[in-house]
Amino acid sequence: MALVNEVVFAASGLTETDPLVAALTVREDIFAATEAAHDASLTPTDPGGISHAERAALAVRIARQNEAETLVSHYRALFETAGAPAEIAPLADPAFTGGDDKRLTAILAYMDQVAVTPREATAEEITAMQAAGVADADIVRLAELNAFLAYQIRLVAGLSLLRGAA
Amino acid sequence: MSAIIEDFTTTIPHWQPRVKPIDLSEATPAQLDALKVTPSNTKVSEYVLVLANDVETLKVRTPLFNAILYNKGGLSRAERELGAIGASAVNRCVYCMAVHASRYNQLTKDESVVEAIFADGTKAALPPRAAAIFRFAVKLSETPSKAEPEDIAALKAAGLDETEILDLILSTALFGWANRLMHSLGDPVERT
Repeated sequence: MALVNEVVFAASGLTETDPLVAALTVREDIFAATEAAHDASLTPTDPGGISHAERAALAVRIARQNEAETLVSHYRALFETAGAPAEIAPLADPAFTGGDDKRLTAILAYMDQVAVTPREATAEEITAMQAAGVADADIVRLAELNAFLAYQIRLVAGLSLLRGAA
Repeated sequence: MSAIIEDFTTTIPHWQPRVKPIDLSEATPAQLDALKVTPSNTKVSEYVLVLANDVETLKVRTPLFNAILYNKGGLSRAERELGAIGASAVNRCVYCMAVHASRYNQLTKDESVVEAIFADGTKAALPPRAAAIFRFAVKLSETPSKAEPEDIAALKAAGLDETEILDLILSTALFGWANRLMHSLGDPVERT
C-alpha cells in the first residue's frame, strides 16, 4: 500500500497493518493530490522569491503554532534536506518576529496572522509586505503555503482521532 | 471602491483582490494549462487569476477541491458543505460562507440550519446530526485544533460511518485552506 509512505499518513501514526488504512483507500485520489500539493507548496520547481529552506522553516513555525508535533519533525527534516542555512533557522521559532529585517518582519506578521487568527486578517498585512518589497507573486506563494499547511495539519489531526477511535 | 461586506449573507459577493491577478494575455503555457484556458473557454475569475501567480499549487489544487467536494459515495454533498460552513464560521470568511451556505440551502431545501448559524455563529443550536457535524467542523478549524475523541464518538452516535467521517475531516480541512486564501488575499464587496 503506497498510502502509508505519504506525509499525512506517517504524521497521523498510520502503519501498513492499521485497519483504518483499508477504509482510507476509498479516497486514494485525494491522498495522492494531497501529497502533490505538499510538494508544490514546499519544494516547487520554481520557488520564486521564497526558497525551499524558507518554506520548510515557515512550515516548522506553523506546525509548532498548531502543536502538530509529528509535522514539526517532518518539516525539521525537510529544512535539513534544504541545507539548513543558519540565517533562515530563526524563522522556525514562533517567538522570532523578524528582527531588523523589514521583509522578514512583514512576512512573519502575515504568516502568523493567517495561520493562527485568520478571522482577524486585514489588508494591512498585505500592504506591509508590498511596502517591504515582497512581490505580489510571492505573497500568493506564501498564502498558498500557509493555506496548504492549515489543511494538512487539520487532516492529520482528524486522521489521528479517527485512528484512535477505530 | 465598493463597500466591504462584514456580515454573513447567502448573496454571493464580488471578490476584490488585494494583490495583482495575472494578465491573461501574458500568461505562460503552464499558467494557461493550470487555468484550463482554451479558445472556447476564456472566462476565468479574478480569484483564480490571482492564484495563477503560483501556478504549481493552482495546478494540483483544482482536482483536489473537486475530489473532496464531489467524489462519489461517503458523506452527502450537503453535509460536506456543512463542514465548509463550520470552517468558514470560525475563520470568518464571508465570501466562502456565502458560496457554501447558499449551496447547502439549495441542496437541503431548508434554510433553518444556515439561519441558526448566521444568528448564533459557532454556538448555533441545530438538529442532532447537523449539530454533531457542525460542532466537529468548528473544533477542528480552531488553531490549534480542539477536536477530541468525544467529537468522533458524537459523529458515530449521530450515525456517521468511517468514510463519512473521513469526508467530513477532508471538507473541513479543505476550507481551512480556502478560507485563508479568500479571506487574506481579497475582500468581499457588493456586486455593482
